Amino acid sequence: MSRTIEFRDALREAMSDEMRKDPKVFLIGEEVAQYDGAYKVSRGMLDEFGPSRIIDTPISETGFAGLGIGAAMMGLRPIVEFMSWSFSLVAADQILNNAPKMLYMSGGQFQVPIVFRGNDGAGGQLGSTHSWCVESLYANVPGLKIVIPSDPYDAKGLLTAAIRDPDPVFCLESERMLSMTGEVPEEAYELPIGKAVIRRPGTDCTVVSFGRPVHFCMAAAEILAKEGIDIEVIDGRSVKPLDIDTIAESVRRTNSCVVVDQSWSFASVGSEVAAEVHRVCFDDLDNHVHRVHSDDVPAPYAHNLEAEMLPNERKICEAVRSVTYNA
Amino acid sequence: MTSSSTPSTQQRDSEQVPIPGPDVLLKWLRDMMLIREFEVRAMQAYQNKLAGGFLHVYNGQEAVAVGTIAALKSDDPVITAYRDHGHALARGLDPKVGMAELFGRIGGCAKGKGGSMHFFDAPNHMYGGHGIVGAQTPLGAGLAFATKYEDEVIRKRPNSRVTLCFLGDGALNQGAFHEAANLAKVMDIPVIFIVENNQYAMGTSIERCTSAAGNLVHKAVAYDMDAITVDGMDVIKTYRDMKALVDDIRETPRPAFVDMHCYRFKGHSMSDPRKYRTHEEEQENESNDPIDGLSKFLVKTGVLEEAAIKTMSKEVRTEIRAAVKWAEASPEPDISELYHDVYVDTWGPYTGTSLPEFMRDSSKEKS
Repeated sequence: MSRTIEFRDALREAMSDEMRKDPKVFLIGEEVAQYDGAYKVSRGMLDEFGPSRIIDTPISETGFAGLGIGAAMMGLRPIVEFMSWSFSLVAADQILNNAPKMLYMSGGQFQVPIVFRGNDGAGGQLGSTHSWCVESLYANVPGLKIVIPSDPYDAKGLLTAAIRDPDPVFCLESERMLSMTGEVPEEAYELPIGKAVIRRPGTDCTVVSFGRPVHFCMAAAEILAKEGIDIEVIDGRSVKPLDIDTIAESVRRTNSCVVVDQSWSFASVGSEVAAEVHRVCFDDLDNHVHRVHSDDVPAPYAHNLEAEMLPNERKICEAVRSVTYNA
Repeated sequence: MTSSSTPSTQQRDSEQVPIPGPDVLLKWLRDMMLIREFEVRAMQAYQNKLAGGFLHVYNGQEAVAVGTIAALKSDDPVITAYRDHGHALARGLDPKVGMAELFGRIGGCAKGKGGSMHFFDAPNHMYGGHGIVGAQTPLGAGLAFATKYEDEVIRKRPNSRVTLCFLGDGALNQGAFHEAANLAKVMDIPVIFIVENNQYAMGTSIERCTSAAGNLVHKAVAYDMDAITVDGMDVIKTYRDMKALVDDIRETPRPAFVDMHCYRFKGHSMSDPRKYRTHEEEQENESNDPIDGLSKFLVKTGVLEEAAIKTMSKEVRTEIRAAVKWAEASPEPDISELYHDVYVDTWGPYTGTSLPEFMRDSSKEKS
């Protein structure tokens, strides 16, 4: 049975369900236990599972990320929470060298079934150091998977799949979406990692996005509909693996494509999707793929500057008009 | 030499630990000879271009790996940095499988995908072989966390295992070590950080790059961690000091720190002209060879005659020669291996994963 719950509740349900089923699953991170989670994602979990499985850490990302990887090498299934993915940068060696390459370097001896999760992207006037979108940086590395849920239903399904997955999975959430509500089934369920979903069917242009900017695309769709432009919005759900099949199927119908990616443009998820669409749908395209990104500047503090920097509705509308020759 | 201690540490009595009987001492001698011969042949193979990449050999430090690992139970995890051949061999890795790894062959412990710096041996609880200085220390804390979690949370029994996490003295200056040490302390994790203090971080002497260089156990004081100094050139002393410590940590899970004094007879890697230290210093240290030390002890105590040592050394040379031959005969990995073992899952160009030959063939997995 479904009920309406918040995004953060959906994440917590995924973790709690798996922890009830599998004693190898535990949650570790800063403020996850006694504080009830810096963003209340883990609220109440300490009461249910106790301090041996809901584990507060020092502010020590390299240490606890590496500890999680070592535990995963021993066959446990850690969920490592980064308060923000921005803070994962200090643990980059652990999460990029050790987690995704252990299986290969050990010739198949050691799997690392671990989940790293936390807030990604602009949180709201947090300034440059706290507003990282890590998807483009990290997607460059083989051996890891990246999922980006955009609503509570996906949050529970994708995180459940991530916890059960035998490979390292990075789950990128958004502080700005944690209070978003949506219909979520009570029972546990998985969404397949690497499978996109069409959020809004349309005929004139395929707009591909991931995570929070999917909502910017939906808002842009309303504006464009009034102008007579009917866009199809695809939520990629996972960056790696990338579901190019669903995207290509759509582009073959609409003959045009815009990619909306909240990371910077250079060597990004957006440029990868564009390159793939050009490769697979070259003969189907009426125009080259247009890309909408965060502006290529450090995230500013001022409210108006931050709003301008993000891949907002206005920029999406402009890109769609341009790619469909309606500019 | 007995254990020394920081003001904060307990004095433990390694004199109480009996010196093992002749069979064990002979095995240690053989293990140390095997490691030395493996490294000698590895250097030769490197010069002959049979092995590539970086090669960091363990000559001179054999007593450390053999003496510390002798203090363990068979299922205690071991993890180390890139100078890893000695630990893997002491843990029981078949030398031919190690040599094949150096040669980049499919019969290697990592199918030729890891190389010298990444020796892994799951059946013998050897967790690598890690190339980034200090990066293995949080992993070591994680292995020990997991053993304790498995025992206490899943099986509801007292902690039964101790993890040895080796690092070089140079790794003391990496943040990863300090984060791992602090975490291990606040979480009472049964991991022993063994600093193989060979006095050089690559070509930089410890005095030039590490504070408290003269007494590294001071590092442990900051983490309120038990610490001892051990003579790592003497395998019997190493074993007795470590046995007392390992047993104590197993009984009362918590981290500990060991300043393991040793000396690297060869350069940092094969490209090192060793201009940063004097010939006299090298000679003085080489006269304290751990293999000679144990040999002399065994002869003096009447366990072994000179002739028997020669025989043993010959056997070891034969075994390693055979390992080289075996490794040379092992094929290069098939090109299809490129996309294998990247993900457990099969997707896109990736073909899933499988165990290396030595684990499939033997099926003699130890628990």
